[in-house]
Amino acid sequence: MVVKTVELPLAQQEDVVAVRQSTRSLAVEIGLTIVDQTKIVTAASELARNTVVHGGGGKVTLEILRETSKQGLRLTFEDTGPGIPDLERAMQDGYTSASGLGLGLGGSKRLCTDFAIESKVGVGTRVTIARWKV
Amino acid sequence: MERIPILKMGSFLLVTIQVDMHDQLALTLQDDLTARIVADRASGVLIDISALDIVDSFIGRMLGNIAGMARVLDAETVVVGMQPSVAITLVELGLSLPGIRTALNVDRGMELLRSARNGEFGGDGRQDG
Repeated sequence: MVVKTVELPLAQQEDVVAVRQSTRSLAVEIGLTIVDQTKIVTAASELARNTVVHGGGGKVTLEILRETSKQGLRLTFEDTGPGIPDLERAMQDGYTSASGLGLGLGGSKRLCTDFAIESKVGVGTRVTIARWKV
Repeated sequence: MERIPILKMGSFLLVTIQVDMHDQLALTLQDDLTARIVADRASGVLIDISALDIVDSFIGRMLGNIAGMARVLDAETVVVGMQPSVAITLVELGLSLPGIRTALNVDRGMELLRSARNGEFGGDGRQDG
């Protein structure tokens, strides 16, 4: 069950900073440990940058989820950019198209408990991550 | 334009990153530091990241670039004050910051730079100082 939703635009670099800050405050709100907070904020930073730089902008939806025995923070990054032609390759460390170290997608996956990516060439990309507090 | 201040102390340059940097700010710092190493004939750069609560791949790359450019300009770089949660996350992300010297705090970082300047460090053969 979604108990809180925050939607933020991702159009420019400064928006990445805002996403980091909102992710941090929601992570604190659900009581994630400092290490888990840092992990999801770092993953959010990587994915938000991807949306701005590679996806040509888009938005992120941050949600606090509540289930019977646990709370979670789920982030969904969506863009209507060029899409990723070879997802398998894009997930590998070292794959980079522009300005990073090529750790964005694979690294973000390692930092989260849930990770899903859908991408269609010419349509856009959606990446969903989550971390749970049991 | 927004900038991160760079302080000069003897032959060293000190930077304390206190704000949540967007990417352009990180790139500006990289350019400013490189220019100042030359202008101030600095032999060392100390970057305090104790106020940073995340280091992502972009900031990691910036730190690596600064260390690499400084080395080419005959200066050593030390990154100090990384929070434990940041270190754990960096390694899991896949970033081990190769080529970047780190120290636990500013004091130890300064010690490292001084010994580098005196040629005691890793045999880089620095003669001046």
